Amino acid sequence: MYNIDAKGMHFKELNEQVRAAVKDGEDEITLQNVNGQYYIGVGIREKPTITIEGVPGNDLAAFMDGPTLRVKSNAQDNIANTMNSGKVIIEGHAGDVLGYGMRGGKLHIKGNVGYRVGIHMKGYKKQIPTIVAGGTAGDFFGEYMAGGVLILLGLEGTDVKTNPIAGDYLGTGMHGGKIFVRGEIDPTRIGAEVGILDLDENDHKLLKKCLEDFCADFDLSVDDIMKEPFKKLEPITDRPYGNLYAY
Amino acid sequence: MTHNFQKDIAGCGLTGLIDKKGKGVDGSHIKTSLSLMTDRGNGLGAGYAAYGIYPEFEDYYAFHVMYDFESSRMEVEEILKANYDIEKKEEIPTAKVESIVINPLLMRYFVKPKAEKIRPGSNEKDFVVQFVMKVNSEIEGAYVFSSGKNMGAFKGVGNPQEIGDFFKIEEYTGYIWTGHTRFPTNTPGWWGGAHPFTLLDWSIVHNGEISSYGINKRYLEMYGYKLTLLTDTEVVAYLFDLLVRRHGLDIKTACTVLAAPFWKDIDRLDDDEREAYTTLRSTYASALLNGPFSLLFGHSKGLVGINDRIKLRPLVAATKGDMTYMASEESAIREICPDPERVWAPRAGDPVIVEREG
Amino acid sequence: MFKSHVLPEYLATIDTDKCIRCKRCIHNCGWGVYSWSGERVLIDTQKCVKCLRCYHYCPVEAIEIEDSKTRYKDNSSWTYKNIRNIKKQAETGGMPLSGMGCDLPLPILFDNMLLDACQVTNPSIDPLREPMELRTYLGKKPDKLEVERTKDGKLKLKEGFKMTPQIKLDAPFMFSPMSFGSISLNAQKVLAMAAKECGIVMNTGEGSLHEDLLPYTDHVMVQVASGRFGVNPDYLNAGVACEIKIGQGAKPGIGGHLPGEKIPLQVAKTRMIPVGSDALSPAPQHDIYSIEDLRQLIYALKEATEYKKPISVKIATVHNVAAIASGIVRAGADIVYLDGFRGGTGAAPNVIRDHMGIPIEHAIAAVDERLRQEGIRNEASVVAAGGIRSAGDAAKAIALGADAVAIGTAALMTMGCTVCGKCYTGNCSWGITTQRPELTARLDPEIFGERLANLIRSWKHELMEVLGALGVNSIESLRGSRERIRGIGLDTETLDMLGIKAAGT
Repeated sequence: MYNIDAKGMHFKELNEQVRAAVKDGEDEITLQNVNGQYYIGVGIREKPTITIEGVPGNDLAAFMDGPTLRVKSNAQDNIANTMNSGKVIIEGHAGDVLGYGMRGGKLHIKGNVGYRVGIHMKGYKKQIPTIVAGGTAGDFFGEYMAGGVLILLGLEGTDVKTNPIAGDYLGTGMHGGKIFVRGEIDPTRIGAEVGILDLDENDHKLLKKCLEDFCADFDLSVDDIMKEPFKKLEPITDRPYGNLYAY
Repeated sequence: MTHNFQKDIAGCGLTGLIDKKGKGVDGSHIKTSLSLMTDRGNGLGAGYAAYGIYPEFEDYYAFHVMYDFESSRMEVEEILKANYDIEKKEEIPTAKVESIVINPLLMRYFVKPKAEKIRPGSNEKDFVVQFVMKVNSEIEGAYVFSSGKNMGAFKGVGNPQEIGDFFKIEEYTGYIWTGHTRFPTNTPGWWGGAHPFTLLDWSIVHNGEISSYGINKRYLEMYGYKLTLLTDTEVVAYLFDLLVRRHGLDIKTACTVLAAPFWKDIDRLDDDEREAYTTLRSTYASALLNGPFSLLFGHSKGLVGINDRIKLRPLVAATKGDMTYMASEESAIREICPDPERVWAPRAGDPVIVEREG
Repeated sequence: MFKSHVLPEYLATIDTDKCIRCKRCIHNCGWGVYSWSGERVLIDTQKCVKCLRCYHYCPVEAIEIEDSKTRYKDNSSWTYKNIRNIKKQAETGGMPLSGMGCDLPLPILFDNMLLDACQVTNPSIDPLREPMELRTYLGKKPDKLEVERTKDGKLKLKEGFKMTPQIKLDAPFMFSPMSFGSISLNAQKVLAMAAKECGIVMNTGEGSLHEDLLPYTDHVMVQVASGRFGVNPDYLNAGVACEIKIGQGAKPGIGGHLPGEKIPLQVAKTRMIPVGSDALSPAPQHDIYSIEDLRQLIYALKEATEYKKPISVKIATVHNVAAIASGIVRAGADIVYLDGFRGGTGAAPNVIRDHMGIPIEHAIAAVDERLRQEGIRNEASVVAAGGIRSAGDAAKAIALGADAVAIGTAALMTMGCTVCGKCYTGNCSWGITTQRPELTARLDPEIFGERLANLIRSWKHELMEVLGALGVNSIESLRGSRERIRGIGLDTETLDMLGIKAAGT
């Protein structure tokens, strides 16, 4: 157990200290009094667990490759940007553009997420980037999604008219991967490329596995969550813009 | 808009001497030495710089200013009065020389900047530099051609003998002297165009055209220098001011910037030195002086002679006793020091640095 | 189905007297122009793009490719191209696409600039027998240096000072980013081999780094674009620098789309996406909506590379390029890569390619001057690309203020490219902009790597000749030295914008 008091510290110094501690073999690190420091978890290839007390700055876990980060409060924008592996757990809400270009690892947010979450996510072979949000999401959820898994749970209750679980343009430009949504989806608010489908047996298995991990992080019950029906979004046309160009 | 200008092109000869014990010699020596090289010039410009000539005003900046019009004098003196305590103001003494028919009004002022006029965070020398830049770039018909302490430049349109006689330079005694005879190819016959070029106590006499002028000028402009004279020599003076005074490099390192070693030689150094030279050269790439030059660079503590890195211009040095001499031609040294103890030609880009003792 | 009203552009002909029925034309054409009737070669000239592959590989010179003789009636307003595009749009509803850079006859200012040379008052220098230096370091330079002297007088950097990372180039040339996917792996290998041979740098483009290029990583810059293909910490740390792609000169403000059929196994593996899935890289990087976001990404990359790699930001030169570049420098970029509007592309809608952006000459002048006015020119190097056709263009770009130039189209020409402009079809008969294995196999990296290295060697010599004539023996004395350029046939406003004088003044 290794503590770093981040109060008033610039991100460069904080991250240098974290990297140095990791290189010294520390595998459990707590950062206290964090407030706004960018890039926590960046540039670490080992697999320490880092607990963050306070609100971390943008680009938390950007390009991250290994560590587990647990944020004890809300977090800001650009979490898990182009993340490669590891895990980020947010005990509160999180902001916009989460998991941009994410290529592996997991991002679990207990609360709501903002706009453009899970865009450009890419899966390849065993790398299946996964984002699970316990609350609702803003517009452009899963835009350009090319792989991986996005799950929206709406645990605090949603209403398709007044408090929709996802915003407009859900899955626009999606051409790979799967989005699972717990509750009703407004078909007028999804991307042109995607269809709303029922889950098959494999989907159920995948969903359950993801939710078990999510629930373990926040002490929630998988069975309770899975009592509500889920819908799946997947790309249904291969080339939605096939007639865009004159050759 | 600073790209529209007519660059001045000139060939020339130069000479200089320093007494490292700081004892003075009078101006007749340098005049004799320079006059031997009259043929390196074309009679359209000559000048001298001397250090230690105003011991009674050694704490005052000695501004030498030339005026084409009475109105420009009034304008400059107004600024002077507002910003400086003027200890003494007079015409620079001159003698009648038959061939010099027209000359500008030549004044000198011994001044101290008013402390309250210097902005916090700035300093006295920056204040003086800004004053010089302002007068030279903004006030028509006025030109500050000397602005150091206990030193002065004397220059004009004429050959070495004529200009020396005109300014009566044999009446001054200095421990460093430089002199320059000029071969301008397109000068309008302007007195300010002659060498030396000075700023604070830096003075430069220079032979050769600096082919990298274009980028050196733009580099200096980034640091607020106003290149008003359109000669490459001005560039050298300001580069020394930037590198030595403002960036704090020692003179030898500044010379390494101006005449940088070749990459192939840098690559052969040991790790630490290679890193230092590589960093220095790439950081100061725009300050590299490229093309033919030899120059003498005077300052209150010494004299430096340096030529370009493939030696396209001549430079000879000699010593005798406490005296060091440097000139374009050995004969110019022998003319005033017939039996030097040592005579040598410095290698390309390798500075001769002589410092005043004590 | 009506017969298309779009006129064929070219007329491919075979002299049947000369033809020896060897069928090499059939084999070589990636477009399907030629086929075998059983007795002779049949020609579907509508498919011909005049890439001249067949011409070069016909052993008896029986093939001629002419511009199609049937043209629309002459009309200075309704040009052949205008009419042809309208017919094409009417028949398909799609946007006309092009490969390569803008081909409209807009002014090329490089051709209105002339370099100086020494006569008498300062000497020219013999570039062959006397030293002549082209070495260039790209990256942020400090405003000033603090040095010390050791006891034995050796120069030493002040204790604790660490120079920001630099890219060392043996000459101020680079290869423009061209991704594996947009070009073939063999074409990338040509670039990598020549870069290594010539001590310069190639750029992966946004399609990540194929393992075959690992031996060349000391000469590779890796790029991060909006699609983030194959971007992981290994990739970011693999090359000599990282580049953030904001825009491309040929298509400022719009992105890329590599359709799934052009994602075979090797491309998929490199980009780390499934075979056959589309590779979308729309214009914005969705983590950059504002300049402070760019700063955030620049520093994210610096953190991810532990401040060991310079970060380049590539932009298309648009109207406000000077202010944008200033912002990029202030955001912490070590290199600003300017891509002029004549820059090449694998595919761009004509409406974008031919009508957007500004030429690289204007952009260099504006950016270099602005950075100097703001006193931050040392904070970043400027790379100029998009329309560099010769060492003469390179010399002028450098004299205007660029630290180095990057070439794409010129490099592809050494591999056989004839600028036919059909890169987007994936049928390139020269094996460059295609992933069809039978076509890419034609491009032997060893042979063409040497040809590209020859081009760079030749340009190095030419640049040294230019420096020698200018009387300087190091490239830094040309860099930004606008005093050595004069304009001809340019109006005062353009001369002032370029910061150069008119010839004769």
